[in-house]
Amino acid sequence: MAEQGVNRTRRRFLTATASTVGGAGCVVGAIPFLLSMQPSTKAQAAGAPVEADIGKLEMGQLLIFEWRGKPVWVVRRDPKSLAALSTLDDTLADPGSERDQQPAYARNEYRSINPEIMVLVGICTHLGCSPKYRPDLAAADLGADWQGGFFCPCHGSKFDLAGRVYAGVPAPSNLIVPPHKYLSDSRILIGVDEETA
Amino acid sequence: MGTRTSNLANWIDARFPMTKMWEEHLSKYYAPRNFNFWYFFGSLALLVLVLQIITGIFLTMHYKPDGERAFASVEYIMRDVPWGWLMRYMHSTGSSMFFIVVYLHMFRALMYGSYKRPRELIWLFGMVIYVCLMAEAFMGYLLPWGQMSYWGAQVIINLFDTVPIIGPDLSLWIRGDYVVADATLNRFFALHVAAVPLVLLGLVVMHILALHEVGSNNPDGIEIKKHKGADGIPVDGIPFHPYYTVKDLVGVGVFLIIFMAIVFYAPELGGLFLEHDNFVPANPLVTPEHIKPVWYFTPYYAILRAIPPIPLVDQFSGVFVMGAAIVVLFFLPWIDRNEVRSVRYRSTAFKLNLAMFAITFVVLAYLGMSPAEPVLVLLAQLFTALYFLFFIFLYIISKNETTKPVPDRVT
Amino acid sequence: MKKIFSILVVLVAPGAFAAGGSSEFIEHFTPDTTNKASLQRGARLFVNYCMSCHSAGYHRYIHLARDLYLSEKQVQENLIFTTDEHGVPTKPGELMVVPMTEKYAKEAFGTVPPNLSLVSRVRGASWLYSYLKGFYLDTGREPIGVNNTVFPDVGMPHVLWELQGFQIPVYKTETRNGKEIRSIERLEIAVPGEQSPEEYAVTAADLVNFLVYLGEPARLERQRLGIWIVLFLVVFTIIAHFLKREYWRDVH
Repeated sequence: MAEQGVNRTRRRFLTATASTVGGAGCVVGAIPFLLSMQPSTKAQAAGAPVEADIGKLEMGQLLIFEWRGKPVWVVRRDPKSLAALSTLDDTLADPGSERDQQPAYARNEYRSINPEIMVLVGICTHLGCSPKYRPDLAAADLGADWQGGFFCPCHGSKFDLAGRVYAGVPAPSNLIVPPHKYLSDSRILIGVDEETA
Repeated sequence: MGTRTSNLANWIDARFPMTKMWEEHLSKYYAPRNFNFWYFFGSLALLVLVLQIITGIFLTMHYKPDGERAFASVEYIMRDVPWGWLMRYMHSTGSSMFFIVVYLHMFRALMYGSYKRPRELIWLFGMVIYVCLMAEAFMGYLLPWGQMSYWGAQVIINLFDTVPIIGPDLSLWIRGDYVVADATLNRFFALHVAAVPLVLLGLVVMHILALHEVGSNNPDGIEIKKHKGADGIPVDGIPFHPYYTVKDLVGVGVFLIIFMAIVFYAPELGGLFLEHDNFVPANPLVTPEHIKPVWYFTPYYAILRAIPPIPLVDQFSGVFVMGAAIVVLFFLPWIDRNEVRSVRYRSTAFKLNLAMFAITFVVLAYLGMSPAEPVLVLLAQLFTALYFLFFIFLYIISKNETTKPVPDRVT
Repeated sequence: MKKIFSILVVLVAPGAFAAGGSSEFIEHFTPDTTNKASLQRGARLFVNYCMSCHSAGYHRYIHLARDLYLSEKQVQENLIFTTDEHGVPTKPGELMVVPMTEKYAKEAFGTVPPNLSLVSRVRGASWLYSYLKGFYLDTGREPIGVNNTVFPDVGMPHVLWELQGFQIPVYKTETRNGKEIRSIERLEIAVPGEQSPEEYAVTAADLVNFLVYLGEPARLERQRLGIWIVLFLVVFTIIAHFLKREYWRDVH
């Protein structure tokens, strides 16, 4: 156990090399473990785009499709409801869809590609409940000026027929418009962005 | 920089014995300087335990302990989960490597008399770890829910059936159903991922604490504490850290090369580590042609099959003898009556006896894997007798053994 | 002693499989899963012939795209022939299952054709290769009319007969313990198929390569990666060795 004659530089160099190489090995070794928590092929397959047939969707009707395990609503809005949307602006939190809750092609007055057809992820932006579709005008529990929209029973958040959130409710932002594109007039593919023409 | 780290260390040390533990178990734990190859396996066993826990946790994230879905969920891990195959192969290879390392670790204790006074408790804790490890491996093997998993569990649980009087109730209670079924799978899962690992970890801590209390044995089997320098440090002792940590690092490297070579190039190891029939989903209506436990259980399985049923207790005879084969190991510190620890200074008779025991164990393992044909059963009976004769001979030899002079200092 | 030796051989030999059937007809075959073209041909054969009845229900079509260097579109167009109950083609993300229900299969065949996802891991490549080449005409076995050298009393008809044609056995007679024993010596082609025996051997090899891949898709990746992991560990061990030697100068 003689301390003299120890080549400290050499010792320090070897310790540093071994630590670096060993440490790098541990870091690289951890990567597969962390990646294993990413969505599996099964989850990715389940999250694949969903085709929605809206050929039989009637005026005022709502259809629910499942995309990535979440409900996606497709609603056909009548001209009267569309006209009413602009009258609500003062009561809404984000009437101009400033916040990034929709693809660029749905950032317009109606928050949709085709004004008539509204596509929304049916999950409240507050805590993730699925709001109820309430097309009934001036519903007793929602006030005389209710123009139709969505009401979340969990915490009372209200949204209009474009999924825009009312001011003064718990939900902080508008409902999400998922990426989607039209395959034909009656078929929508949910989960894929419209090609930028 | 130095003062800042030492300030932090002081702050912690005032609240938690960090430096004290570091010194007690590493930087001021004086281990004999003459450790050889055989002394790698303790650290390696710890390494494998850690690997098994980590890979196990990640497998648990994807595995479904459900009779309808278990088999498919393993294939899901192998195909759909990113890198799932790596976790699975590391875990399955790890279980076999665990036993290889533990068997070598135990054989080291036999060679150098590490179980002897004052280290009896270390040996006993180690034996309990070994038994827990067997339980852990057995229950883990059911989880893939293949044919071998299923029928292996069926046969082993039915061993409890043979226990006189309470047997049938006991095996029913273990299974939670009339055959191995979903209930069995579910409880084995709970025990495999939570209960037994917790017990194992606790036992490993006790095993190491007991070792560090009395100090390590060495290939010469002498106490290094007999010769202390003026500073109170054993003259033949060197601090575990850095000397044995850097030495074990080399052992870890070599071990991982072998381990990863198996994981990446031969994860089935010709059907020894992953059995071909276990790629068929469990089917309670069809037994595979040739069922056998995984290799690490086969020595005991050979003993079990070697013992014929006898009147009154019927099949329990085999189970009893098999149990005795494990239990007798617990008594090793008292069976070996010689003061000399290391094989280096013991008689030729002892050496032959020990060599014969090692051969017997390996032969029994082979016999346990092969079909129960009459010739082989006869051989198994012979080697079962030899297995127990080791302990009897040891008891006799060790009484008045002519040993070589034991050196005063380590060589 | 010979027995023990043979058991040792079985235990030690890598890829030893305890499968039924007479081993004398098992022709050794070493699968090559690095041959992409062979795997692609095998996949085509598998979905065309095997998947009429057998599923590969733990595997997804999209894995074929990833592992066999095909595009998702190629997989959709060339390898997917099934639809759901509404006639919508199966998507690449879905499992490779057959549309036939278990109930129907039981009525039609008396048994459910096994899921072939893992067959290569249960039987081994050599067995599968010999099995595919081992069908011969056996008039005693109506309605399927064939038997197999490595799978006696096989329950499956010779699905690849169009390619291989039909073989008949050539018998040999041996006298053992005073008794005459008649056994199959070899098979020869009686009705030629579309392929020559050499071509059919390639077909069988393609299919077995694919089945070996199907049994363990990770095989491709692990064999590719393993060498780097081991090399890294060798480098680490060498450094650790020098580190150990440096510190242990104090001791010696």
